[in-house]
Amino acid sequence: MLDTYRKLETPENIDLDIHIAGPLVRILAFTIDSLIRFGVQIGLLIALAILGKVGMALWLILTFVMEWFYPVLFEVLNHGQTPGKKAMGIAVVNDDSTPVSWSASIVRNFLRIVDFLPMGYITGLVSMTLNKDFKRIGDLAAGTVVIYREKQNKAPTWPASTSAPPPVALNLKQQRAMLSFVERQNTLTRERQQELANHLQPVFQHQNQDAVNYIVRVATWLRGGQ
Amino acid sequence: MKQELFEQNNAQQWQRFETKLETLESLRRKDKSTDVSGFAEQYRQVCHHLALAQERQYSPYLIDRLNQLALRGHQQLYRSHTNILYNIVYFILVGFPAAVRREIIFVSIASGLFFGSLLLMAVLTYFNPSLVYSVYPEENVMDFTEMYDPASKARMEQSRTAADDFTMFGFYIKNNIGIGFQTFASGFLLGAGAIFNLLFNGIAIGAVMGYLTELGYTDTFFPFVIGHGAFELTGIAIAGAAGLKLGYGLLCPGRLSRKQSLIQAAREAMPLVYGVFFMLLIAAFIEAFWSSSSYLSITAKYTAGASFWLLVLSYFALGARRGSQ
Repeated sequence: MLDTYRKLETPENIDLDIHIAGPLVRILAFTIDSLIRFGVQIGLLIALAILGKVGMALWLILTFVMEWFYPVLFEVLNHGQTPGKKAMGIAVVNDDSTPVSWSASIVRNFLRIVDFLPMGYITGLVSMTLNKDFKRIGDLAAGTVVIYREKQNKAPTWPASTSAPPPVALNLKQQRAMLSFVERQNTLTRERQQELANHLQPVFQHQNQDAVNYIVRVATWLRGGQ
Repeated sequence: MKQELFEQNNAQQWQRFETKLETLESLRRKDKSTDVSGFAEQYRQVCHHLALAQERQYSPYLIDRLNQLALRGHQQLYRSHTNILYNIVYFILVGFPAAVRREIIFVSIASGLFFGSLLLMAVLTYFNPSLVYSVYPEENVMDFTEMYDPASKARMEQSRTAADDFTMFGFYIKNNIGIGFQTFASGFLLGAGAIFNLLFNGIAIGAVMGYLTELGYTDTFFPFVIGHGAFELTGIAIAGAAGLKLGYGLLCPGRLSRKQSLIQAAREAMPLVYGVFFMLLIAAFIEAFWSSSSYLSITAKYTAGASFWLLVLSYFALGARRGSQ
């Protein structure tokens, strides 16, 4: 497992895998949000200019709300995702992976101005690199963390194949490697598949495409096929 | 048990659970008509299956899928449902005054810094008016001198329309509440930001007050500021208290880890921040529509202003006494 995965033990006594989002993807999400916010503010300014002074008042109030509460409202009401975060497939949750609360969201977003210091979110970036969960100061104070909200991959198509028992006893890790290889097969080129399969030549006694096919048969057997 | 058999046996159940999750996730409001019976049971079942799949080293795809289902279930099951309206009313009646009294030490320190620097600066400027130029550039001084000049004030007030009041309302909200929030957040810098903001605002307000008093513009200045001052000045002091609390949590964690202490301080400071928002919103409203009104007599403004101060102070001193004990 990569080291951006965290184990979270739930009250049900199981370990959930949490995938922590790093600085780059968060910067991209922030950039998208900034552009949206900027665009909306300009749009409102033009639209409300028609209303004269009352329009000006509305614009001031709305920009105030957008400045301080844009991330808060989205994070609390939209499953931890501002539009930018949604586009990047990440979300804010509490440390225990429950949906972020009003107070926590307000703390993490108000403390942005500390993260911003002295310019361009340098403090936030340094803070992210200093702890294993990529938390900026706002996250530390609010007890929140930004995680990937992964879309479930398409179910891998399992190739139709006869099965064959493995020639030697495989332990659980090795069995899992076999299964994993077949599930990832479609994402690899034929040459790469063969290259990987050839590593097992001393054990399986097959080469190139034969080796690939043989692994598929073993995996099918492991999975329970006939 | 082989993986294929395991999947065959349970696929339907996972599918049902996923459908239920999708309905729950898409609901903006809690729709009473949706059937969520058996959710917890199904969730536990999925957790059980995940544990089994991990233990038996089934294929990564299956484990990922179950992990994903369990994670989504976890977020639905442990989501907190709150009644916003009830919370707001409860907060104003009980939570806020109780929080102010609970944090009375920080509130006292912040008030001391803010009102102390304000009064000191006012007295100093009164006896030495040129001090005002060390705080404000010359154009600003001329601006507010003209604004409160009894001669020009009447003329300015007549040209001021209801639309202007609205614009100022918007400006006060954006500016003042923004300052309040900044004061809180900058308290993270070991309290230094909050102290700076308190002193900075205290000195800035005090200088104007001393300077205008010395000029003898008391009948235009004080009736204007007394009304919203009750909410605005106390609001800023409380924002400072929230900031100090945050900085103190970081500086002196006591028996907690520094991180835990920070989280706890932030959590306990939040009621003060909500309160600041509430106070400054009222202040903006009064400042835009009441304080600036030219139809009200000076006596009316003094009377109302004094009762606002009395109201605010007794709200903090007496509010929710029974609830907090």
